[in-house]
Amino acid sequence: MTRESAAGTLTPPVSDSDHAEGASSAPVTLVEYGDYECPSCGGAFPIVKELQRKMGSDMRFVFRNFPLREAHPHALHAAIAAEAVGAHGARKFWAMHDVLYENQDALTDADLAGYASALGVSEAEIANAFEVDAFADRVRADFRNGVRSGVNGTPTFFINGVRYDGDWRDVTAFLGALRSAAKVHA
Amino acid sequence: MATNGSSKDRELLPIGTQAPDFSLRATPDQRVSLSDFRGQPVVLVFYPADFSPVCGDQVALYNEMLDEFSTANAQILGISVDGAWCHLAFGKSRNLHFPLLSDFEPKGEVSKQYGAYHDDNGESSRALFVLDAGGIVRWNHLSPDGINPGADGILRALDALTPEQRGATRAARAS
Repeated sequence: MTRESAAGTLTPPVSDSDHAEGASSAPVTLVEYGDYECPSCGGAFPIVKELQRKMGSDMRFVFRNFPLREAHPHALHAAIAAEAVGAHGARKFWAMHDVLYENQDALTDADLAGYASALGVSEAEIANAFEVDAFADRVRADFRNGVRSGVNGTPTFFINGVRYDGDWRDVTAFLGALRSAAKVHA
Repeated sequence: MATNGSSKDRELLPIGTQAPDFSLRATPDQRVSLSDFRGQPVVLVFYPADFSPVCGDQVALYNEMLDEFSTANAQILGISVDGAWCHLAFGKSRNLHFPLLSDFEPKGEVSKQYGAYHDDNGESSRALFVLDAGGIVRWNHLSPDGINPGADGILRALDALTPEQRGATRAARAS
């Protein structure tokens, strides 16, 4: 009846295959498992931006996919579209990531293709991304390892590989947790 | 957030015991029995109430994982004291694709047998069980009502089952 020690530990750890903003040498890595159509993740979006501003080069931010497809009908395609745009480089991935969270009420396939097109990725390429397995497989893999890591909903955050169970809406406490993690690793 | 239970809370049905059979309504005109799933692992998810925020998140998560459970040859069943019509509305509102069973009359009888009932508020507690193919409890977990236990514990428990406990050899054993 106790939680096993492996619960709430990020598996697999962050690697080069992850989408990351910030240097791998940063003392703190914040990982978010998120869903582009989830309203709570939309609420967390500006908070993460604020944390990034305040932590500066002390923090690397990583995003992994956790779309709840049955609850959010556009979430899977939004995640696939972001991955497909991300195939053109990290800068484009993060631009797409931000556009999606800024437009959570407009995530139809046509909307997604339009955002991609504005970032220089053709609408045909996005349409194709929905049809092939490669991007969907990556999204699914993120989801699976999220569940195994103890993600129980979105957003779920991990600080240096350990699930953050505090309230992410409390920016002061969140920042405090990040700063103390930075000190431990300094 | 639901209230927590009192000192009258029961002990969960322990690991290693035979899970008691039950037959509960899954829809207004259909009943489901635990014994229907003998020969495969069963994940029992007791939860306090349809439509409450944490329950909604928890069942939404499991609903996304049905192919994982299926890979493990496992069937997932949700159980609360809500009526069958309420389950129907909850299931429709969340696009749920697994059975929600109604422990409604006599109220909470099955939840009580599994030690997953709050006597003070009359709701099931947030308890998880993994039963093997022979109906033996192989893992259990009681979560505070306000905490979504996620699915990592369930998946590890299913991983830990032997091939026989998964029902892989049930045809051979049945002869």
